[in-house]
Amino acid sequence: MEGTISRIATRFVLEQLRPGRTVTICLPLFLSGDGGEREFAKNFPTIAVDGCGKLCAKKAIEKYSGKTADSVVVTDLLEKWAESKPKSRRELDDNGVRVAQRVAREIATALDRISDRKGTV
Amino acid sequence: MTILTDTIFVIPCSGIGKAFGTISRDATYRVVEDLRKGETDTLCLSLLVMGDDEARRLVKLHRCISVDGCPSECSKKNLSLSGASLAASFRVLDLLRENKALLTQSVTFLDENGRKLSELLAGQIALKVDELKKEGDRP
Repeated sequence: MEGTISRIATRFVLEQLRPGRTVTICLPLFLSGDGGEREFAKNFPTIAVDGCGKLCAKKAIEKYSGKTADSVVVTDLLEKWAESKPKSRRELDDNGVRVAQRVAREIATALDRISDRKGTV
Repeated sequence: MTILTDTIFVIPCSGIGKAFGTISRDATYRVVEDLRKGETDTLCLSLLVMGDDEARRLVKLHRCISVDGCPSECSKKNLSLSGASLAASFRVLDLLRENKALLTQSVTFLDENGRKLSELLAGQIALKVDELKKEGDRP
């Protein structure tokens, strides 16, 4: 379920909250692609958005491209906010969408922090 | 959760930049949670690619069907690299070629065309599951 939230929250950031300032990369392509994605993540600040504590995105970025600029973990946020898990991993209900929007705002806030530090983005 | 030895794993790609990735995921859930519930299961492709021991064990033990959104074929390639028992492969793009009227752009949430493509794809995957089951279960 948390994977679906991480995905939709990321899309919300790209489409609604910070359009034109962000791109996203498929993690499997990042790991097994021709290296272009890994090069991109070396040269641009990269925020890892993970669904659960396995931290696949964060670990992959740190292994192949260097330290992440920030890291967002959905399960940690759900626990911190005392939000319940969505019921479906296929389609988010209204509550799931609301939680995804909340996670998206966290990602956007992280992006703004990075921008303030760098004076760019 | 009990996983039977004859459970077939359906592994979608994680494509997030295009609608095709969303469709591959949605179709997989349709199969695993509705059409062939109890006979199929899925797991995170990222976990497998990261070398998770349990994920690697499962894809070697069970027959797998890859579902890819685009020609990068991340699911198929990584299942093969992991030594999985790859029994069948599907690509959303191939289905779209046969159903051009269902062209969709919506990535975050599927629109009507996306849902129709997902239903079609899920139906094809379900039939493949039936075919594989008839061929014989894994010991």
